[in-house]
Amino acid sequence: MSKQFRRLVPGAAAAAAVATVALAVPAGSGAATDWSKATSAKAGGGFGALVAEAKKEGALNVIALPHNWANYGVELSTFKKLYPGIKITEINPSGSSADEITAIKQGKGRSTAPDVVDVGQSFTTPDITALFAPYKVQTWSAIPANAKDPKGLWFNDYGGYISFGCDMTVLKVCPTTWAQLKDPQYKNDVSLNGAIGQAAAATAAVYAAAVNNGGSAANVQPGIDFFNALKSNGNLNATDCNSAAVVEKHQCPILINWDYLNTVSAWGLPAKFKNQWKVVDPKGTAFGSYYVQAISKSAPHPAAARLWEEFLYSTQGQNIWLQGGARPVELPALVKAGKHDKKAYAALPKVAGTPVLPTASQSTAAGTKIAAAFPA
Amino acid sequence: MLPFTVYVLLFLGLPLYVVVHGSLTTDSNQLTWHNFSQSFTQPQYGTAFEHSLILSAWTALVGAIFGTWLAAAVVAGKPGGLLRRTVSSASGVLAYFAGVPLAFAFIATLGRAPGGVVTGWLQDVGIDLYAHGFNISSMFGVGLAYVYFQIPMMVILITPALEGLRPQWREAAESLGASRLGYLRHVAIPVMTPAFVGALLILFGNAFSAYATALALVGQTIPLVPAEINAAISGNVLVSSDRIALTLGVEMIAIVLIIMVGYGLVARRARRWLG
Repeated sequence: MSKQFRRLVPGAAAAAAVATVALAVPAGSGAATDWSKATSAKAGGGFGALVAEAKKEGALNVIALPHNWANYGVELSTFKKLYPGIKITEINPSGSSADEITAIKQGKGRSTAPDVVDVGQSFTTPDITALFAPYKVQTWSAIPANAKDPKGLWFNDYGGYISFGCDMTVLKVCPTTWAQLKDPQYKNDVSLNGAIGQAAAATAAVYAAAVNNGGSAANVQPGIDFFNALKSNGNLNATDCNSAAVVEKHQCPILINWDYLNTVSAWGLPAKFKNQWKVVDPKGTAFGSYYVQAISKSAPHPAAARLWEEFLYSTQGQNIWLQGGARPVELPALVKAGKHDKKAYAALPKVAGTPVLPTASQSTAAGTKIAAAFPA
Repeated sequence: MLPFTVYVLLFLGLPLYVVVHGSLTTDSNQLTWHNFSQSFTQPQYGTAFEHSLILSAWTALVGAIFGTWLAAAVVAGKPGGLLRRTVSSASGVLAYFAGVPLAFAFIATLGRAPGGVVTGWLQDVGIDLYAHGFNISSMFGVGLAYVYFQIPMMVILITPALEGLRPQWREAAESLGASRLGYLRHVAIPVMTPAFVGALLILFGNAFSAYATALALVGQTIPLVPAEINAAISGNVLVSSDRIALTLGVEMIAIVLIIMVGYGLVARRARRWLG
């Protein structure tokens, strides 16, 4: 598993309704549209024209989409069923956000380059968004205003909150607060899915500890202190838990990760874990983050790339993420309209109070500070 | 000669040029010392080199000693015997058993109970390794895993040299009145030393460049240079600082170069007797 984090205030959907409707120059009637320049389906001649052109291209390259990650396996198979003529090539499914950006840079001009990416929020700096093509999906107004670039260079897709995954074969009691992690009974138990400052969820764990120990979205020092304390009292486990095999061997008793990635099915753990694996969103302030979708400027299949985004942001695409335990970005709007998958929605871990969702610049600043405090 | 030259230039020269050039330039292709000064002033890189050097040194030494011991026992046995064939084929396989599979094998045996099988058994007979401070996810644990491939590697490297010790030398020494110890001290050890040191240097390089095992066992809570390079290239949190990675790569190349020059010198000496 891979990738990284970000913000969004669910209540901001109302504000989003006022979001500008981008209307680029409509395509000249009859003339073929250059979909690589189209900033919306309408601007390119309508959704029907988009589907037709995407079918003509007949291919789509996606990158770094693990099938058990936020239900991407179902997203991909559903898209294939809807548009059987479009052949999907999955590049480097277990790649990181950095790998995705490198693939765009190095693949430029090749038919094998990625068309679309799904990256961490900190990968939205100007030097990177220069590689993206602006595009606004048809449901653009349902995406909260603070969860998208005003020009459409990137837009959030799904997210979740930091949770504790407890291996109840090892633990007597699953901790429910951050303070409990320091308890001597959890010696060598607190585990992360990679290195702090490198793996997204591990870094977010520090960020989450900060907001629950007197810090804030802009002040991560308390989180750094918290993890240093865990390190010095021996509760922090150094094993890299980014592997189902290691988790299955009971090496990661308390695994801190995004809630939608911390489940038995997301980890791909054997069925017997269903009764001995517990996921809790810790009490206190929830800490969330959303991933980012973007279309490559040099996408070899520009229409298919746009159609993929239209699919992901359709009610169906959003609900598939929801069924994977992730919170799709248009969830507030879906709930308001009553179009969400009720069962999947009810199964989401409960979150108390107002969650902290740092902005792009906050998460970049925090990431830098955290990475420096925990050098590799 | 030409195909060889082309091959070397393409697969060794070109990457080397890219690494060195990248470490000395900025994104806009201007000459700079910035990357090198960063690699020397930022404390984490210094610590990483320190850890890498210490880990490589002790695992090489332990591997060399036990490897020579094992090889000597095997060479003393019947040529073509079962023991000899078993050890040499096992060494051939195990010397290259590294990376994530090795880390996982160690977790499955010596990881914390109930996952680690041996840990569990020991716990059943009243020995709680973890309560006594042992932890597979530690610098010591990583070293232990390294020794696992260092010993067979040493067996492979040192066996030909041990076989090169001619029985006539021993007979000659004994007929001149040398004791067993005297033979070892004045003949066997001096003849073997260059080969031993040479193999030791190779083991050092072997550990120095290994990284997947360490990464899987300790994440990055114990900094090693290759892990730092990995962090600089492929993170999810920070946009990559690949020039620092290239710089660290150049510094690793420099260290390996020193080792290889040392190896070249002792190998020449070793050939004098054992060639």
